[in-house]
Amino acid sequence: MTELPDLAWTRARDFRAAPFGATTVSAPQWTALAQALAAGRVTLMSLWAEHGAVCMALHDSAARRVAVARLDGLGDGFPSVGLHHAPAQRLERAAADLFGLAPLGAEDARPWLDHGRWGILHPLGAAAPHPGHAPYPFLPVEGESLHQVPVGPVHAGIIEPGHFRFTAQGETVVRLEERLGYTHKGIDRQMQGASLARGAELAGRCSGDSTVAYSFAFAQATEAALVVKVPDRAFALRGIMAELERLANHLGDIGAICNDAAFPMMLAQTSVLREMVLRAAARAFGHRFMRDRIVPGGVTVDLDAEGVTAIRALVETIRDGFPPLVALYDTTASLLDRTVGTGHLSPDLAQRFGAGGHVGRASGRDYDTRRDLRYAPYDMLRLEVPLREDGDVNARIWLRIKEVEQSCSLITQMLNALPSGPVLAEVPPAGAARTGLGLVEGFRGDILVWLSLDPDGTIARCHMRDPSWFQWPLLEAVIEGNIIADFPLCNKSFNCSYSGHDL
Amino acid sequence: MELIIGLILQGVQMLVVLALAPGLAGLVRKVKARLMRRRGAPVVQPYRDLMRLMRKDVVLAENASWLFRVSPYMIFAATWVAAALVPTFAIGLQFSWTADLIALVALLGSARFFLALAGMDAGTSFGGLGASREMMIGALAEPAMLLMVFTVALVAGSTQLSNVVTFVASDAVGIRVSMGLALVALIIVALAENARIPVDNPATHLELTMVHEAMVLEYSGRHLAMIELAASLKLLLYMALIGCIFVPWGIAPASAGAGGLALGALSFLAKLAVGGVMLAVFETSIAKMRVFRVPDFLGAALMLGLLGTLLLFVSRSL
Repeated sequence: MTELPDLAWTRARDFRAAPFGATTVSAPQWTALAQALAAGRVTLMSLWAEHGAVCMALHDSAARRVAVARLDGLGDGFPSVGLHHAPAQRLERAAADLFGLAPLGAEDARPWLDHGRWGILHPLGAAAPHPGHAPYPFLPVEGESLHQVPVGPVHAGIIEPGHFRFTAQGETVVRLEERLGYTHKGIDRQMQGASLARGAELAGRCSGDSTVAYSFAFAQATEAALVVKVPDRAFALRGIMAELERLANHLGDIGAICNDAAFPMMLAQTSVLREMVLRAAARAFGHRFMRDRIVPGGVTVDLDAEGVTAIRALVETIRDGFPPLVALYDTTASLLDRTVGTGHLSPDLAQRFGAGGHVGRASGRDYDTRRDLRYAPYDMLRLEVPLREDGDVNARIWLRIKEVEQSCSLITQMLNALPSGPVLAEVPPAGAARTGLGLVEGFRGDILVWLSLDPDGTIARCHMRDPSWFQWPLLEAVIEGNIIADFPLCNKSFNCSYSGHDL
Repeated sequence: MELIIGLILQGVQMLVVLALAPGLAGLVRKVKARLMRRRGAPVVQPYRDLMRLMRKDVVLAENASWLFRVSPYMIFAATWVAAALVPTFAIGLQFSWTADLIALVALLGSARFFLALAGMDAGTSFGGLGASREMMIGALAEPAMLLMVFTVALVAGSTQLSNVVTFVASDAVGIRVSMGLALVALIIVALAENARIPVDNPATHLELTMVHEAMVLEYSGRHLAMIELAASLKLLLYMALIGCIFVPWGIAPASAGAGGLALGALSFLAKLAVGGVMLAVFETSIAKMRVFRVPDFLGAALMLGLLGTLLLFVSRSL
């Protein structure tokens, strides 16, 4: 076995404040890294292609440090990581679709994002005319009395498009295969050559419900690459926005999961609270979802006294109004009967896939970017990361409940120690090619942004990895052996992003 | 002359159930919305929906057979006839002597049969999924319903609903444990038959969890209107059935005059309103159960019906 290459492992406070470079590795070293991933020595954070190269972001959770390995000088392919480590498979297929760099030796060579509707092949690599739409072969399933239930991409509810192919024996799901990519918007392509301001806008439009987290991560990557000194007040305001976003989404999700068990009372109640969060955000920051409020260098709006009052009032309302809802959930036996034990995710799988957010933490993966790869303003705050081992729908609901409480506490802490001063610093010109890494805990989990800038300050390549990349495959695993009718419940308890995944 | 009045009264009953059924569905939805602090659609919304559907074109699947087109009318006809048999405001109506409770169960069973066939006809996976779940529910609900019928018939000495109403409304009945068991059994069956929470969710958008809605996903236009109307008729039928067997007070006897009939109509309206509100409250306070829990739930109804029947035999032989 080849020795592990000596990567430039960097701790959080270093890569947050300075440009972060990739370590160039050789092909055998690349494969050795893939084997290390499979052995669980490090966790895969992302895998992406660049022009003639592939990169892999790795996390060493024991030492709380990250590294990026880069394999360049590629012709048309690279040694597959997915062959050893399944979580990389879809990332590799996406890289192959966009850049034409095939994962050599991979078991699954089907396209992933490319549905044959773009007109061109490999839009980011050596673009060529597309041969056209071809039928997508789903994985074969064989056995007695199996039947298939295709669902989507257009669903009966107002949700994003995605196709789910169930193979069932009666009501029991034998296999679920997902097909995503329906909301592909070509953001990677649009990022190329874009200015930083345009890039920040695009980042905020990856996934509408995580717009704050995405623009936060993009700003972090830019600020690291260009060594921007961001004012303390801007950090605090970013933190408040990020927690408001988390509050709104978690409140909405808690209700929506119960609604999928036909208990709409909970959704009605949490929707009221969620709406209050959005209104407080609108009053404090001038936009309900706080889009385009975080930019490289700081934030675009300052928080005035009226805004502070609105947010404090909101936190009070949630502290009063939320516990009765939690009690309602915890005392409705018919609801618990649906959620407890449904959609169990084993801790092994969560660990192997590096599942972030409530999906990982409900299955014993003790990781939160805000604590483990700390960044401002969370380095100044008290944060208790909730953790559960049971890994079912109930656990994921409870994780969200605990995180709502944590977010309220964090907002209060930030408001109590709100620094004064400017909220926007000037972003210096690049001058040379630079790279930076941004890592932010969105409500779904850790969002990774890898940014490389050209000397003129435009974006050479921006890779954004949604937490859903490692959660969607787990959903396939979770539903096995459950009944078809419980899928909506499992799906909603994950609440993966389509838009952030398809980019 | 008597025959003509009888026919007129029977006609009134058939029109009344038809006219009130969508309103009952609208009332339940309205109360549920209010309980969730929503304003909710007006009570007359189901009437508007039906009119809208009647005006719309029918879209048929390419591989749909004649069965698919015929089924909505069969379902509607069977349900309507069944609803005409249940005493609502008066007993002793013309049709009630031609069919009894067992015929009623059979009529509803035929409607279910056609609905399940139509669900599978277009060949979509959801239709098949819904049909198989519906038959699983039906296979348990029907025996439970029949056992409930036996209990009532043994108490009242007749399966004829008009006779049952007369008997229960009289002083002879007293307090019967068996009737209490039968009431619970009938309520469980009614919830399952009408695709209500906790067995099915009439308001869901999740294809994978549907039972009734999954079977009718392919329907549109006037076909869908027929099925929707039949569904609300069935809800009204079950409420009228529970009302006439267990709270028969107010129903006009066969010989009643205009005043008695008016009183009967008022009490029927009151029963429907109370039933609708109770259903809405119940549905709001409970989540849907897993599909495989439904047999347990209906099994309870079956056992209650059986227990009711057995108790009667035991108490008689003592």
